[in-house]
Amino acid sequence: MDATGRDPVSSERRGAGANEASHMQAEAAPGIERHDVEAVNVGAATKTTLYKAREPIYPKRVYGKFRNAKWAVMAFTLGLYYLLPWIRWDRGPGAADQAVLIDFGAPRFYFFFIEIWPQEIYYITGLLILAAVALFLVTALFGRIWCGYACPQTVWTDLFVWVERLIQGDRNKRMKLAKAPWTFDKARKIITTHAIWILISVATGGALVFYFGDAPTLAQNIFNGSANPAAYIFIGLLTFTTYSLGGLMREQVCIYMCPWPRIQAAMIDQDALAVTYRSDRGEKRGPHKKGATWEGRGHCIDCKQCVVVCPMGIDIRDGLQLECIQCGLCIDACNSIMDKVNLPRGLIANDTDLNIERRLAGQPSRFNFIRTRTVFYATILALVTAVMLYGLLTRDFLEVNALRDRIPNFVMLSDGSVRNGYTIKIHNMHPSEEQFRLTLEGLAGAEFRLAGDPEDRPDLPIFTAQRDRVDTIRLYVSVPPSELPNATQTPITFRVENVERGTVVTARSVFVTGEPR
Amino acid sequence: MTDHKEIDDHSGVETTQHEWDGIKELNNPLPRWWLYIFYGSIAISIVYWVLMPAWPLVSSYTPGLLGQSDRANVAEDMMALQADRAEHAAALNEASISEIRANPELQQFAYAAGEAFFGENCAPCHGRGAQGAPGYPNLNDDIWLWGGSLDAILDTIRYGVRNDNPNSRYSQMPAYGADGILGEDEIANVTEYVVSLSGGDVDAAMAARGAAIFGTQCSACHAADGTGIRDFGAPDLTDHDWLFGGDRETINATITYSRFGVMPAWEDRLDSATVRALAIWVHERGGGEE
Repeated sequence: MDATGRDPVSSERRGAGANEASHMQAEAAPGIERHDVEAVNVGAATKTTLYKAREPIYPKRVYGKFRNAKWAVMAFTLGLYYLLPWIRWDRGPGAADQAVLIDFGAPRFYFFFIEIWPQEIYYITGLLILAAVALFLVTALFGRIWCGYACPQTVWTDLFVWVERLIQGDRNKRMKLAKAPWTFDKARKIITTHAIWILISVATGGALVFYFGDAPTLAQNIFNGSANPAAYIFIGLLTFTTYSLGGLMREQVCIYMCPWPRIQAAMIDQDALAVTYRSDRGEKRGPHKKGATWEGRGHCIDCKQCVVVCPMGIDIRDGLQLECIQCGLCIDACNSIMDKVNLPRGLIANDTDLNIERRLAGQPSRFNFIRTRTVFYATILALVTAVMLYGLLTRDFLEVNALRDRIPNFVMLSDGSVRNGYTIKIHNMHPSEEQFRLTLEGLAGAEFRLAGDPEDRPDLPIFTAQRDRVDTIRLYVSVPPSELPNATQTPITFRVENVERGTVVTARSVFVTGEPR
Repeated sequence: MTDHKEIDDHSGVETTQHEWDGIKELNNPLPRWWLYIFYGSIAISIVYWVLMPAWPLVSSYTPGLLGQSDRANVAEDMMALQADRAEHAAALNEASISEIRANPELQQFAYAAGEAFFGENCAPCHGRGAQGAPGYPNLNDDIWLWGGSLDAILDTIRYGVRNDNPNSRYSQMPAYGADGILGEDEIANVTEYVVSLSGGDVDAAMAARGAAIFGTQCSACHAADGTGIRDFGAPDLTDHDWLFGGDRETINATITYSRFGVMPAWEDRLDSATVRALAIWVHERGGGEE
């Protein structure tokens, strides 16, 4: 016997999609239908084989605050995903004017006012760390709400189920249609459903590629067939994955493919919230006749509404399970039943098993959000955020590299002067044209010659660097024999000063001469 | 071998009826996914034979319907590359050095092309960075045997040095020792004088005797003061730079046996835009003369 007082082995196995018994039992209250249905994962630990065929799940429409939250999150995330690439952001003439753009050609990553160069990829790493730690923290506090609300798999599956319901009707109608023999009407409904799914999938892939190119131009090119083949390939790929993952595989992705259900076991503890059937209040469960006494029994009337609304097809009353994505739809379903039988809401709620034990022991429920684990995650989150912010705010918009020629190491001129060649790279990350003054420190008597210059000069001219570009300067530095340093290697410093802004960046190098004569 | 199927009691799988020491091999079928991939591969290979070059014939091969040919593709790519470069190459042919310097795009093209062509054609002798080697001049410095202006460098690359090309740069130093023009003592004296020209410590008496011989035998090409004459490709002996080596032994060997450095004429091998790109790259290494 398990915790819910039900013997899983002796239960007749029917599955959520199986035909429901037609015999109606006495109503607990007007409008409550009882479903003779079992979770798809009944006895999972003992019975399932590796090659178990999928049992189709037909989630029933449900109303309530968790369903509304799910709609809201879906609208927000889908809206964000589809509309973000279309937001414009003025960066001056000639520059990309898309707010969020990953430009592999340039190569630059634009995010509103931030422009990241390839060598600053650590900002992306930082963002990923932030995302991961934030996920850990939220999971430790509230359980798997990422899975239930914000995960793309959940969002698109929810969208596809909505389409399915729109075309084929709610749970009972869908199950009936699935069992019905093939007719024109059935074919029409099934084909329409899949056609809309595929359209959504194409739009999903289509939206992704807009993050990698100027959206209005790319949209035009995609339709007139002149876009980069990569765009079509990725639209095709995402069409395939969206259609198969969101339309066909659905909960199987969460159960068999996704590592997160496994990882979450390390993130949550006994104090983390989980969608919980309050067995202390619900048991002993059983059918309830209107007007019958509640004495000597629990509040669960075993209507199985929680099972039929579950997008994962499980029975939450079996306790915390790997399959549960914590979307809370069963809470909505149960609350509506509790309203009808005039019992308080919250037979299923975001709670902990620890509280069930406490209540059984006569203690009050207690929620403990401030724990070592959550404090630790929050601290890491704050630290990484602080480091990222510091990095972004104090970011240099100027970078200089000095590469000395190695072949030849140095050149001796006819008058005995020694010359070294350098390639100076000035990265002007400002979104505007800037003026730079290049000077050399640590070498007395040095004379300069730019490649293409007819003669040496004691000072270098002021350079104009184009906006958002790396400028390369070929520079020859020579030292007359009278000033030659004694050492074969002299450390030198190239100093680049932004004339207007006054910022200074240096690059170290050496000046090499032959063996002292 | 019997005809009837034999089913293994324990596993319920058909056996192959091959028995070794009482152990029978089960005849499990291949996994279906594996078979489908196998059949699929066969189908794809047949399609491939039809579409792509596949079967060798006696003197040729089945070309395939798609007309795929790596040879043709490379030729096409080369044509496209030439076409891409044509505009800049034409501009390079026309422009003077000052015009090239005034046009950053053309300058960039000349530098990039020149560096690439140098690596392909010149680096084996002159070195990857044009740093030279004994007998092969360093092209980074301001010391030139035949002249360091862009036109002089162009001529040297086009026609080469001491080769069969009618316009080739040509000169020949006598082998003073090998041909018996000077005796060993005389050569030793000249060597001493040559070392003194670039400020080396020498035996003053020998150098003085050498100076007299230098005046009669060497100054016609290397000039009276030893600074060399470019028309003959005769090096300046007063600087610190030595093509073959500046120690007494090497100088002595050079006078005794002479030297005969050659360079091919590149006008027959490279087109004029390539030669110009090379000349510009060499000229702009920091030692070019105006």
